[in-house]
Amino acid sequence: MNPVLAAERLGRILPGEAPVTLVRDIDLKVERGEFLAIMGPSGSGKSSLLYLLGLLDTPTSGRVLLEGRDTSGYGEDELAATRLRHLGFVFQFHFLLAEFTVLDNVQLPMRRLGALSEEAAQQRAQQLLDQFGLSEHGHKHPHQLSGGQRQRVAIARALANEPPIILADEPTGNLDSHASANVRQILHDLTRAMGKTVIVVTHDPSFASAADRRIGIVDGQIDPDWRA
Amino acid sequence: MSIQLAIAVTQLVSRRRPTLVSLVGIALGVAFFLAVSSLMRGSEQDFIKRLIDNSPHITVSDEYRNPEKQPAWQQWPNGAVEIRRVKPLTEVRGIRGHIQKLAFIESLPGLRAAPVLVGSVVLTFAGRIEGVTLNGMVPDKMKGVSTIEEKLIHGSLDALAANPNGIVIGDGLAKKFGLEMGSVVNASSPGGEVRTLKVVGVFRTGNANYDESQTFVLLKRAQGLLDRANRVNRFILQLDDPYAAREVAAVIEQQGGYKAVSWQEAAEDIMSVLLVRNLIMYSVVSAILVVASFGIYNTISTIVMEKIHDIAILISMGFHARDIRHIFLAEGLILGILGSLMGVTFGIGLMWLLTQVEIKPPGATDIVHLPIYWGWEQYLLAASFALISAVGAAYLPARKAGRVQPVMILRGMA
Ligand SMILES: Nc1ncnc2c1ncn2[C@@H]1O[C@H](COP(=O)(O)OP(=O)(O)OP(=O)(O)O)[C@@H](O)[C@H]1O
Ligand SMILES: [Mg+2]
Repeated sequence: MNPVLAAERLGRILPGEAPVTLVRDIDLKVERGEFLAIMGPSGSGKSSLLYLLGLLDTPTSGRVLLEGRDTSGYGEDELAATRLRHLGFVFQFHFLLAEFTVLDNVQLPMRRLGALSEEAAQQRAQQLLDQFGLSEHGHKHPHQLSGGQRQRVAIARALANEPPIILADEPTGNLDSHASANVRQILHDLTRAMGKTVIVVTHDPSFASAADRRIGIVDGQIDPDWRA
Repeated sequence: MSIQLAIAVTQLVSRRRPTLVSLVGIALGVAFFLAVSSLMRGSEQDFIKRLIDNSPHITVSDEYRNPEKQPAWQQWPNGAVEIRRVKPLTEVRGIRGHIQKLAFIESLPGLRAAPVLVGSVVLTFAGRIEGVTLNGMVPDKMKGVSTIEEKLIHGSLDALAANPNGIVIGDGLAKKFGLEMGSVVNASSPGGEVRTLKVVGVFRTGNANYDESQTFVLLKRAQGLLDRANRVNRFILQLDDPYAAREVAAVIEQQGGYKAVSWQEAAEDIMSVLLVRNLIMYSVVSAILVVASFGIYNTISTIVMEKIHDIAILISMGFHARDIRHIFLAEGLILGILGSLMGVTFGIGLMWLLTQVEIKPPGATDIVHLPIYWGWEQYLLAASFALISAVGAAYLPARKAGRVQPVMILRGMA
């Protein structure tokens, strides 16, 4: 069976007078249902790798394979459609849309996809909120929630269109230890109970130990000897 | 509602002040557009109405648009030799077969026609001499085609029917000659005929030149005086629909051969001045709307800058660059539509206020109201121009938003 996500000799150089290498020669296979932690020192290229894996950025060399399909020839339309259906992002700063209620934020990807009716989308959003202990907060605005609650809303939103892959960039970087543990548990459960593939960039050692596998990035490359 | 539209509405609603300011800008632009346009078009219509009321809708004269060739040329159009000194056929002045031609014209629907014989005579009274235009006409027919009857300040056209030696003159001429009702003048034609005529009516049109130079007598009297028995040289037509004059004139000219000039053709120079005036006016009021649309540009640019993180997150979620552009174009469209609606409402209010303005033109005795044109196409024009400017103003920020590289923004935040 194909790995759900694979990188082959993936490289990304920022062009310019003094080109900057963000990522170089990354070979990586991620299995379905795997919980993978990407670690490494600050500025080593972890976020850059995650953007490449999530088809938000275009590699300058190598390629990303999603469920066996080569994405290097994808145009703007296919990239957007793939992000919409197959990938869910969670960032360190939750990036909820401030003017929308929590419930509306979770519905955004569903309404863009348009596969569900408005009522069905609303129902599903409410279910996701229920699942993450946010039943009461659907009609609040993001600024009325705590950091941990907001991050759970962001996870609910990432799951809206039932993507097989969740990409998270330091999702607990901004949270206290209690909220961190909660988010970590949720992400862990996604792989176990729902069969999602979760790739997390993290500095948090307890996060890393919960993962199925850890890789270390140093200077834009996978460092096989890396230990947290 | 599509999600793009929902996002657009939410972003506008959450920024009430700049949204309102740009709306008011567009609304004021549309309102001024309407006020100026209604005033300019109103005065234009007022002017054209006077033109239509006071001049014949069609004048058929005894001239040809393209003079006929001489008979010798008609017979041998491309003869190898030209015979010199052929005596040219003299055309008898006047409309040939005018009885039948008039009957044909009168058979056309929606018009009235009057035969007229126009010529020049010299009036003499108490040693004063003045050349004037003599209009020989049939009073009953003339009433149907001219407003001269309404312009009479003394006497009537019917008095002419009663007195074959009567003449109706303008009050300018009356003043110049010191004539009154019942005064007797001598009229002499170029051919040497002289008649004594009695003033039975005085008119005032307000056009000084007309009031000094035009006189009216019975057709028979004019024919006698000008020695043109049974002839007329002009038909004057009045139409129920003055704007059909061009087409009707063409039909008459085709059928009768004589030159038929519609009022539009006669006033072509004035009409083109009016057209240029409208072009200038619409350019200026459109420019106001373009300026007003800068408010929209400003508002939407600000939203794009403030919401650049939202844009990045929407793209990471799977929104297409096109979706992002649509969001901001929709904002321009919404502002344009609302601004137009407000502007049309406000503009109608302004137009109503303008109708309340009373002015007293210098020298006039009556108070008049500003002529305001209410035609629907102005609203359409103002609203569509506002919409185009609004969407145009939104286009640049929308394009910028569509080009946002999410990774750049996300890196900045991380
Ligand atoms: N626009 C840019 N111009 C120049 N260098 C850049 C630019 N963006 C990123 N970099 C550099 O690329 C490298 C990788 O950045 P990246 O954000 O991927 O690191 P990271 O591993 O996620 O770091 P952190 O743990 O601090 O989030 C860094 O050294 C950063 O300074
Ligand atoms: Mg990072």
